[in-house]
Amino acid sequence: MLRELTYAEAIREALRNALIKNPKVFLIGEDIGAYGGAFKITNGFLEEFGSERIRDTPISEAAIVGAAIGAALMGLKPIAEIMYMDFIPICLEQLANQAAKIRFMSGGKLKVPIIVRTQYSLGRAHGAQHSQFIPAWFLQVPGLKVALPSTPYDAKGLFNQALKEENPVLYIECSLLYRVKGPVPEEDYIIPFGKADVKKEGDDVTIVAISRMVHEALAAAKILEEKGLSIEVIDPRTIQPLDIETIVNSVKKTGRVIIAEDDHKTGGVGAEITASIIENAFDYLDAPITRVASPDIPIPFSPQLELEYMPNKDKIIQAVNSLLKG
Amino acid sequence: MIKEITISPKDYLKLGLTRDKLVWMLKKMMEIRFFEEKVEELYLMKGLITGPAHLYFGEEAVAVGVVSALEEGDLIISNHRGHGHALAKGIPMKEVMAELFGKATGTCKGLGGSMHVAISPERGSLFASAIVGSGVPIAVGVALAFKYEKSDRVIAVFFGDGAVNTGAFHEAVNMAAIWNLPVILVCENNMYAIGMKAEKAVALKSLAERALGYGIPGIIVDGNDPIAVWLATKEAIEKARKGEGPTLLECKTYRLKGHGIYDQAKYRPKEEVEAWLKKDPIINFKKNLIELNVLSESDVKTFEEEIKRELDEAVNFAQKSPILSFEELKNYVYA
Ligand SMILES: Cc1ncc(C[n+]2csc(CCOP(=O)(O)OP(=O)(O)O)c2C)c(N)n1
Repeated sequence: MLRELTYAEAIREALRNALIKNPKVFLIGEDIGAYGGAFKITNGFLEEFGSERIRDTPISEAAIVGAAIGAALMGLKPIAEIMYMDFIPICLEQLANQAAKIRFMSGGKLKVPIIVRTQYSLGRAHGAQHSQFIPAWFLQVPGLKVALPSTPYDAKGLFNQALKEENPVLYIECSLLYRVKGPVPEEDYIIPFGKADVKKEGDDVTIVAISRMVHEALAAAKILEEKGLSIEVIDPRTIQPLDIETIVNSVKKTGRVIIAEDDHKTGGVGAEITASIIENAFDYLDAPITRVASPDIPIPFSPQLELEYMPNKDKIIQAVNSLLKG
Repeated sequence: MIKEITISPKDYLKLGLTRDKLVWMLKKMMEIRFFEEKVEELYLMKGLITGPAHLYFGEEAVAVGVVSALEEGDLIISNHRGHGHALAKGIPMKEVMAELFGKATGTCKGLGGSMHVAISPERGSLFASAIVGSGVPIAVGVALAFKYEKSDRVIAVFFGDGAVNTGAFHEAVNMAAIWNLPVILVCENNMYAIGMKAEKAVALKSLAERALGYGIPGIIVDGNDPIAVWLATKEAIEKARKGEGPTLLECKTYRLKGHGIYDQAKYRPKEEVEAWLKKDPIINFKKNLIELNVLSESDVKTFEEEIKRELDEAVNFAQKSPILSFEELKNYVYA
């Protein structure tokens, strides 16, 4: 049955179902218990599942991920929460050097099927240390998978796939999306990793959009369509693995592409997608690939400046217009 | 809450250790020593082994003492200086040697190398991390799983004196302490982290005092005496199995060689080295066991021959083993 759930409710439902169905699943993180999670995703879980399964930790990001790794090596399915993506660098060693490499270094003897959930809070005036979005850092970490749901439907489906993964998964939520509503089936469906979603079909321009930018791209497409343009919006949903085929097929059709993302332009996910398009579809391009991303400066606190800083639908429209003029 | 455990060799036989176990301990220590001598030879003289190799020369009593206190089902996590841990845990010499050669028959199919040789979950040697301190949080997670599954297994994690100054160590020990997890924290204080002296890196009289900050017991033990290490580990294990949490063992020992095989260790004062050579754990343990009539000089000779023969076979095996094909590598990245 299809109901409307918020993005936050969809994640919460996926987590709760996992806890109910699989006794090997447990959650570990800061303030996920009595406090209910910094974003209230796990509210009420402590009462429902108890403190062994909803494990409140001290402020120890490296040990949270390390403990998840150790438990996973013993056959459990830990879901760790790192409150803000900005804190991932503190546990980056455990995530990138340990979780992602253990299978390889052990010659395939060991597996680390952990999920690390985190979120980025760009757009909420949280300042430079609480808003950062750094997904591209993980593109250079073989062994790790990275999911970036943009809708409630994708949030639940991707999470269910993450649960089945035998690899470590970094599951990056966007806190500005927590209250976005959308249809979510009641049953436990799965969205496979590495399968981009064409959020909207179109013929003139392809917009590859990541996480929050999917919504900005769709809003931009609507406005542009009123002017007679047909826009295709593609959401890769996972950047590792990245479904370059769907993107390339779209570029072959439209000949024009814009990549919209919240991360910094330099070395962002868009840079990787750009390179892959050039490798695979250079001859089909009718215009330069254009990236709409955050500038290479830390995120300003001032809400007005932050708004100026953020990529949005207007910047996408501008990019499309200059693409077509060029 | 810091105590010291010492034992006089006269009392070795009063502790409930069988003669077989004592003999096993000596043999294992000899095996590790001969193995390291062979590695040094293959590396320096023959150039058959490359890459970093951190020898366990002089520290044999720690691995052997700890491992002999563990039981079936208990696990260890090792670090970059893991040849001794691997052998103590019963990983066959030839697998360890083949890993040093980067061969497909090695413990990690040649993808781990010297710093990860001690990865053999089937033999209770779960994992080895070459990032200093980083195995400790992982051990805490293993212990968390033991507790979650309501088993009474324990995990011993080995790390050096340098590791007690890393963030990972502190976060992890604190976590193990607040949740009373069954972790045996084995600090192998060989007095140096590469060239950094432990006493300069820590403003405490002993590293065991680190335990005080976490409300857990700390034990100082002679790391050159396998029996003292065994006793201390046994005490820590008993506590851990009862759900009383982790213990920090500071095993005071000495790295008789450089940090890595290529390191001449010129920063060590000559008198210091000479003093520790007199405390060689193998020479002393052998002498003690002979004096206690547990074995004879000629038994020791026989072991020596056996080990050397096995070692030659291991080298032969490693040399003849194939390497993985490059195409296969991608199969080990994702499951
Ligand atoms: C986090 C980290 N920093 C630095 C190094 C480089 N390194 C390798 S071994 C070592 C010394 C470790 O000393 P200790 O923990 O006392 O162990 P030991 O080598 O003496 O057995 C260093 C600094 C590393 N591997 N990991």
